[in-house]
Amino acid sequence: MSLMREKLENSNDTVFTAEFPSLDGGGMAKVEKNAARLAPWFVGVNATDNPAAHAHASNTASAIAMKMHGIEPIMQIVCRDKNRLAIQADMMGAALHGIENISLLTGDDVTAGDEPESRRVFDLDSTQAINIARIMTTGQYLSGRKINPAPDFYISAVENPAAPPFDYRIERALKKYRAGAKYLQLQICYHPDRLEKFCAGVAKIAPDLKLIPTIVLVKSAKPMSFMNEKVPGIDIPQETLNRVSAAADQAEEAYKLTVELAKHAMTLPAVRGLHVTDFRHDDSLDRFMYDLGQKPRN
Amino acid sequence: MLKKLLPFVEHAIKKPVWDCRMCGQCVLHSTGMTCPMTCPKTLRNGPCGGVRENGNCEVIPDMQCVWLKAYDRKVFLPLPTVWKEHFNELRPPVDMRLQGSSSWINLVTKRDQQTPAGWSTNDGEH
Repeated sequence: MSLMREKLENSNDTVFTAEFPSLDGGGMAKVEKNAARLAPWFVGVNATDNPAAHAHASNTASAIAMKMHGIEPIMQIVCRDKNRLAIQADMMGAALHGIENISLLTGDDVTAGDEPESRRVFDLDSTQAINIARIMTTGQYLSGRKINPAPDFYISAVENPAAPPFDYRIERALKKYRAGAKYLQLQICYHPDRLEKFCAGVAKIAPDLKLIPTIVLVKSAKPMSFMNEKVPGIDIPQETLNRVSAAADQAEEAYKLTVELAKHAMTLPAVRGLHVTDFRHDDSLDRFMYDLGQKPRN
Repeated sequence: MLKKLLPFVEHAIKKPVWDCRMCGQCVLHSTGMTCPMTCPKTLRNGPCGGVRENGNCEVIPDMQCVWLKAYDRKVFLPLPTVWKEHFNELRPPVDMRLQGSSSWINLVTKRDQQTPAGWSTNDGEH
């Protein structure tokens, strides 16, 4: 049984997840270095699938490498680059290596990346992909062809609690839950009121669905402005940007803001943990985790 | 004859009104009379996470998100209740073989309801 499933389904522990840095050059030495930094704190770590539409070492290969270095991967699969055959192949490939946590996403558009001339696939949407992952756990491919024994996937998805249409996001969370997702990692959100409303709504209509909001560690107002301007779906209120940019010590103010957002998120209904990301290896990870009352895992 | 003629007629009517892409498995009634195939990611089960603060599309910044429009129409238009109830149904993956064929014929023959043998949904139970 995956540790993510064990913790989320059979315990009340707060579950922290993170993002594994994308892998390009550097081989296993690079994997080992990153694994050493993340292993003490995180139950599961996302193996991304060409994030922001930039090519990197593949999701499956990265997930296997992480597993070899003691990290439990949450293997992401996006719908942008692969058709339904390739997506099912990714999942069976993961199962072959004992990888059970699968997260299905729509994916950023090709225009967000450095090869915008690419063909976009989107043969499936994320909810269909979640449903197909669930179908595979019943011992068959989408075609009905048998898989024996059936893979034991622990399926998850993502959702953006702070992008329009706000009310519909809650219904869409339920739809993903019904399709087979047991928990949702949420997009970065600098609107505590929106996050609050989303979590309360989900707790009401899908009580068993677990939420893991994302917190991003930043050192200054610059990456915040970048996200606000360049990442569709992320909006940062002007007063929040001002608070950090006007501070004498931007790094400290950004850190304080992050801890406030994290502590607030952890009090919300349906929330079972946090997903922690950072911009370019922020060195405040250990401090952040201690400040949230966490201790390194053995 | 009808099989050849109908796609032309259907396209002539639905293209100007809904920017119809002739997927051959029309779901307009269940998506607030907004065609999900006009979403640049052709998402049939709701919006992606990239909807901008002003409600516009991640891919085409000056176009309103197709799903924002669909949701608003579902809420505000006097559409039949049963259509509104279909809004949150899990729509199956598109059958690429039906591209260019008439959804009217596929509706009557129920060809548009055929899904792969393994497809099943959990709709209604949770």
